[in-house]
Amino acid sequence: MYKYDRFDQEIVDARVDEFRDQTRRRIAGELSEDQFKPLRLKNGLYLQLHAYMLRVAVPYGMMSGRQLRMLGHIARTYSRDYGHFTTRQNMQFHWIKLEQAPDILAELATVEMHAIQTSGESIRNISSDHFAGAAADEIADPRPWAELIRQWTTFHPEFSYFPRKFKIALTASDNDRVAALSHDIALKLVPGPDGEIGFCVHVGGGMGRTPFIAKLVRPYLPPQHLLSYIAAIMRVWNRYGRRDNIHKARIKILVHDLGAEEFTRQVEEEWQLMLPTEPPFPQAELDRIAVQFAPPPFETGLADTIDPAAAADPAFARWLTHNVHAHRQPGYAIVTVSLKPPGGIPGDITADQLELLADLAERYAFDELRSTHAQNVVLPHVRKADLHALWQALDAAGLATANVDLVSDIIVCPGLDYCSLANARSIPVAQKIADRFADYDRQKDLGELKIKISGCINACGHHHVGHIGILGVDRKGTENYQLLLGGSGAEDAALAKITGPGFDEDGVVDAVERTIERYRQLRTEGERFLDTYRRVGFEPFKEAIYG
Amino acid sequence: MKLLTGNDLKSGAVTWWTGQDWSLHVEDAVDVGEHGEPILAREEALRRVNTPAIIDAVATPDGPRPAHIKHRIRALGPTVRPDLTLKPADPDAGGWVI
Ligand code: HEM
Ligand code: SF4
Repeated sequence: MYKYDRFDQEIVDARVDEFRDQTRRRIAGELSEDQFKPLRLKNGLYLQLHAYMLRVAVPYGMMSGRQLRMLGHIARTYSRDYGHFTTRQNMQFHWIKLEQAPDILAELATVEMHAIQTSGESIRNISSDHFAGAAADEIADPRPWAELIRQWTTFHPEFSYFPRKFKIALTASDNDRVAALSHDIALKLVPGPDGEIGFCVHVGGGMGRTPFIAKLVRPYLPPQHLLSYIAAIMRVWNRYGRRDNIHKARIKILVHDLGAEEFTRQVEEEWQLMLPTEPPFPQAELDRIAVQFAPPPFETGLADTIDPAAAADPAFARWLTHNVHAHRQPGYAIVTVSLKPPGGIPGDITADQLELLADLAERYAFDELRSTHAQNVVLPHVRKADLHALWQALDAAGLATANVDLVSDIIVCPGLDYCSLANARSIPVAQKIADRFADYDRQKDLGELKIKISGCINACGHHHVGHIGILGVDRKGTENYQLLLGGSGAEDAALAKITGPGFDEDGVVDAVERTIERYRQLRTEGERFLDTYRRVGFEPFKEAIYG
Repeated sequence: MKLLTGNDLKSGAVTWWTGQDWSLHVEDAVDVGEHGEPILAREEALRRVNTPAIIDAVATPDGPRPAHIKHRIRALGPTVRPDLTLKPADPDAGGWVI
């Protein structure tokens, strides 16, 4: 895992001091809210419905036990005993006091964490595959590159006053686990013509009121040009992005308006101008970083099996089926800890649970944890021989729900229960759907089915790319829900289509059930919901929903 | 009726204008009629409230009930965590919101 060097620590510490002074000036009345708001947003501090909310960056979703323990400490000391994992792998605390925010940032800095660039018109936290460094299917470890981009984009002066926010995702596998194509830039590590591993570059994806899937801009970029090429993309946008209209300012609109071909031409032209003065690639820095992502000291010669006596326990067997994935090292496995227990709030985790996961990571997973865009937590390197003991410890803490990628593993934004931008509550809808399909056999029978719910058109809950998406809208002061079908946030990315008139809260849960029942009638053996939808089209579902 | 509401500058807690001061409880809120703007401007300048706004509410025997669900959720707390609301022991509190 990456360790801060002197420079990293200095800039984070200096930022804490700066924000402490800004906060003091705000409370003393030297700064108005208009003056202070952009400053607090640069430090991840929002004003939500019930209090301030702090969004803490989790670079590429990677955390150590020490960091998780600190998040638990902050939840307990400064918030209300819990935190919430977001769809961009960050952690939010919903009950923060302004006067304590500088102290929280100071505490975070002691474990190499911060809230810099988690809000505002900046380059946001880099997201990456939560199985990075462990996945059997990746062609290289994306994290050294993610860390390089993190350093390069932190406080980069040219890119500090963008037309809008900017999000980059990086993956190294054919299985997209990070919703890469919904990002402003999606980078994928791929082999080039001469076998060297470089980048496939897509640009202009996004959610919000005008969703787009990112377009291919360059099938292969030699790795040493990564930074200059990203800079060329951002320069074209910085120059022509619509600063006059907040709804049209994201790069996705520029890519769409120009067309992918013309946008690509402009990027390539800009890049050609930059190449003669391109700074030498920081190979030494990449090497320094890469060493810190060296594989942990895996034991070799371990049996690559699970104790059959333990696996006879049906609850453990279920968890193995859904929450344990293949590791590239024989004898090891990747564990996903579901934060979607029945009746729970997706993505919420208590201070006690954070501390327990910290302990378990230290004991069983080489002190590594990941947050996922689906609002779960991953222990990436667990010996198969330890799975049963780990499962028992998780189960005792309510963290062993066996439902990853099933109908109850719902992505959901905080919605009107917390968010000042919301039109409707989203969490209760998720809870009712999960409750409706609580029966394990029913969930298992349905297989992979991704429901994603947002409380407003900003789409933090990824409803545009849900197999089934739900969007909360305000209909004359009452909550109303639109249903969408057929989206995907994976490598087969697609935007979901709105079915028709909206529903009230119970109505949309019923409509989801009718949709799923129609799928059960139409599917062929082993066919996922999404594939049935793609095969038979929209109409049979529409008919099931509206009669 | 019209209420004044905002968040406390230092704590971020939701507050309601009582005629003299700010209260955490919407029951204490007073109808400011058409006279809200100057109070808001003064209170914001005094930094006793952050991002204040004038909202519509309906007078009821139990006190003012904000017209929009958003402000009822602000007044009580998250509907999905009754334990964190201002009335954790009141099983009917959620019904007041919805
Ligand atoms: C507000 C003031 C400044 C801004 C906004 C600014 C911005 C930039 C930007 C955007 C780059 C390109 C970096 C990249 O391609 O990654 C750059 C590079 C550079 N700047 Fe500045 N700069 C400022 C002040 C200065 C000053 C005062 C100096 C020297 C005294 C300086 C020296 C350089 C040098 C030497 C480079 C090239 C670094 C390299 O090779 O990567 N800059 N600057
Ligand atoms: S989608 Fe809307 S309601 Fe949900 S968190 Fe984002 S801004 Fe808030």
